[in-house]
Amino acid sequence: MAKKTVVSSTINGSSTEFLCEPRQSLLEVLRDTLHLTGSKEGCNNGNCGACTVLMDGKPVLSCLVLGVEAEGAKIETVESLAKNGQLAPVQQCFLEGAALQCGICTPGFLMATKALLEKFPQPTEHDIRFHLANNLCRCTGYDKIVKSVQACATAVR
Amino acid sequence: MEDLYLGKTNYKVIGQRPIRHDGADKVTGKAIYTADLQLPNMAHGKLIRSPHAHAKIKRIDVSQALAVPGVLAVVTADDFPDLAEKIAMMGEAGAVNLQHLAGNCLAKDKVLYKGHAVAAVAAINTHVAEEAAKKIVVEYEPLPSVTWVLDAMKPDAPILHDDLRTDELGQKGDKPTNVSVHIAFEQGNPAEGFKQAEIIVEREFRTASVHQGYIEPHAAVAMWNEDGRLKIWTATQGSFTCRQQTAELLQIPVSQVLVVPCEIGGGFGGKIAVYLEPVAALLSRKCGRPVKMTMQRAEVFEGTGPTPGSYMRVKLGAKKDGTLVAGEAWLAYDCGAFPGGMIGPGSMCVFSCYDIPHARVDGYDVLNNKPKVQAYRAPGSTQAAFATEQVIDELALQLKLDPIEIRLKNAAKEGTRRVDGPVYPRIGFIETLEAARNSEHWKSPLTGKNRGRGIASGFWFNIGGASSCSASVMEDGTVSLIEGSTDIGGTRTSIAMQLAETLGITSDDVRPQVADTDSVGYTFLTGGSRVTFATGLAAYKLGLDLQAQMRDRAARLWKCSVDEVQVEDGTYSYKDQKLTFKELAAKLAQSALEPVVGRSSVNPEGSTNGFATHIADVEVDPETGKVTILRYTAIQDAGKAIHPSYVEGQMQGGAVQGIGWAMNEEYFFDKNDQMRNASFLDYRMPTCLDVPMIETIIVEVPNPGHPFGVRGVGEAPIVPPPAAMANAIQRATGIRFTDLPMSPPKVWKALQK
Ligand code: FES
Ligand code: FES
Repeated sequence: MAKKTVVSSTINGSSTEFLCEPRQSLLEVLRDTLHLTGSKEGCNNGNCGACTVLMDGKPVLSCLVLGVEAEGAKIETVESLAKNGQLAPVQQCFLEGAALQCGICTPGFLMATKALLEKFPQPTEHDIRFHLANNLCRCTGYDKIVKSVQACATAVR
Repeated sequence: MEDLYLGKTNYKVIGQRPIRHDGADKVTGKAIYTADLQLPNMAHGKLIRSPHAHAKIKRIDVSQALAVPGVLAVVTADDFPDLAEKIAMMGEAGAVNLQHLAGNCLAKDKVLYKGHAVAAVAAINTHVAEEAAKKIVVEYEPLPSVTWVLDAMKPDAPILHDDLRTDELGQKGDKPTNVSVHIAFEQGNPAEGFKQAEIIVEREFRTASVHQGYIEPHAAVAMWNEDGRLKIWTATQGSFTCRQQTAELLQIPVSQVLVVPCEIGGGFGGKIAVYLEPVAALLSRKCGRPVKMTMQRAEVFEGTGPTPGSYMRVKLGAKKDGTLVAGEAWLAYDCGAFPGGMIGPGSMCVFSCYDIPHARVDGYDVLNNKPKVQAYRAPGSTQAAFATEQVIDELALQLKLDPIEIRLKNAAKEGTRRVDGPVYPRIGFIETLEAARNSEHWKSPLTGKNRGRGIASGFWFNIGGASSCSASVMEDGTVSLIEGSTDIGGTRTSIAMQLAETLGITSDDVRPQVADTDSVGYTFLTGGSRVTFATGLAAYKLGLDLQAQMRDRAARLWKCSVDEVQVEDGTYSYKDQKLTFKELAAKLAQSALEPVVGRSSVNPEGSTNGFATHIADVEVDPETGKVTILRYTAIQDAGKAIHPSYVEGQMQGGAVQGIGWAMNEEYFFDKNDQMRNASFLDYRMPTCLDVPMIETIIVEVPNPGHPFGVRGVGEAPIVPPPAAMANAIQRATGIRFTDLPMSPPKVWKALQK
């Protein structure tokens, strides 16, 4: 077993230290070490987006980031979206728009949407589809996800 | 059944779009899926899988694996009890031979496909388990293999099971074979029928294996306790069928097994059979700890069940005016490594949209060296519709008829006899065609080069089956609802809404919970489009039970007879006394009367028959062969849409899965029958950039077998897309594509001719 390293980062607003082996992915650390199981594993090789988190504000696939790479970084997961018992607008829009069925892809979509709306506050349908094409959903056919993102852009404006 | 509600239109709850009860859990990441579980002292299991498509297992040596520090247990097929000749029932797929089911969990004597599980290791963490798994030595003697269904039917094909004999229309054959069953249906006199035909079209079709592609990989946690009790947390479509399969595979009483269903990240039919549960249980018994097993994505593709690949020949004869007079279908579906595929439903669905007086269907279930097929949304029907709906389309073209008109002329309706026997009750197929004809989409012109519009229809049975519910009325007037149907797509809400409607309360006043197998009555699996229909029916009956008890308590409160208590829209009254459901519940809590606890169980027989019609507009790029979808509309009879947003969601999701099947998805095998695209990158499911908005039209022709008229909606929407896309591409290019998928290289090649 490889030796573990201490890593310090800010996770969902709190400074956090964790021990991890060099081979462990950030997703594994989040889920198994820090018990933040909101980020999901759909493929573990960068093809589904279920594990999307924000790293220094940018969306990353946490299954492709090593735990040790989180040193000094600011990580935001789905657990950070609701604040003080209030859902974030994007969560509310997904709920109202019935943008989830089984819900396994939802945390990844929410984080990708957050990043998308920060970059494009008024996205076109194409912007949305282009920037969320990294995230697979097998249940919804995407229609209600795209519409919920549109609704969220309007609501936030 | 008393249909107090059938045909009623002024519903209070049904037809509304409340926020689903499990919604906040799911958007905050709090919902617990199986892989999220962490139990004290939990071990992690890993499978090792066959590198060969077909081979004899000569020797398994686990000693080096056991020597790895941190390894706790190893199991192989020898750890399963002897299961000779035992049978279990598994939903739409019907009866399953337990020996085969066990052999699919861990291979015995022979591996039958690349990725077939051979042995499993439990260790203190997944990395150690993975390393140790690599140290298990398996000696194989490779055998010739076969993956294409027609090749597997040849007399000189490599034989998968030496003891298998064809069940030829009920008679057992005498030679080893890969054809497990030949079934046939006939009505009228097909030979005579074709003589009456003025035009006959016959075509051959081929489809590839495709996977359900749920985003959550299979996962299970098993804890076999020292007292003999086995507890399982799992991602399953049916906790009770999982309990049954596991108990029978391990030869222990079902009462010793408790299955706790976790949230489930998609299934579509692929999470009915057990893979990990019994293996994790065996490991747990050996090491005395809870054991978690999760699959990697490649394992999901290679080791779990896709839908059949198929070869089909469909022939239809019609009069010049388009009236169908005769039909013939010859279908061969592969079932993968073990018998029992989807040829039954495929054969029953192939002509199910139409009234064909003379018809014959022959269906063959064929073994080959692929993973054992499993149900995938309307199992077997999509393949069949790909064939029939294109032959109909070609008849329309040759006869210069409108493709909707030719379908309307021959559409199945109440009283039509399907070729496999049943006579339809009230169904809504014609209504979906009329809705298509009246749609904005159909009426809008489509112009431009390389563009075409296609339509196709599809059918699925929608099964019934046992469902149980229980509930108690809480003192604030909310109702806790306990159900046994695992919730994959929001059915907690569609069931709660039916209870709420019956009681005259709001959807939010019902607290639905999916319970474990000890906490609720037997409930068949989540599949077959049955949950909103059958468990919904149970919720309705539960509502009547609770209402009767509330009335009884009110009568005792008011010291009158039960008959004197009036109930209307959830308000209970006697003379000038009036209490809403909530007020009455609060009063009861303070009274000395018994609490109100209700229960119901149902087992509706027969099917509810779902029909869908889809319209697709496409543009084909002659340079690349890429097909772009310009517009897509899905129309479906929902009987009565309980929660329209989730009905639309099923229609949109099913349509996009079908579009993936049509355009890109396939198991790609190399010459050694190894799957070469076992990742989401290479097995290209549609992304949101590949599809447009999916427009929906919900048609409501009430199902006479349900108090609110509900028909299940989960499956029919995957049936029409491949045929609708093929028909659209035909209009765009003049070329009829009879092989799936219609991927860019294939389309491009065809365009070069
Ligand atoms: S789990 Fe990271 S992209 Fe799929
Ligand atoms: S809701 Fe199931 S995968 Fe997206």
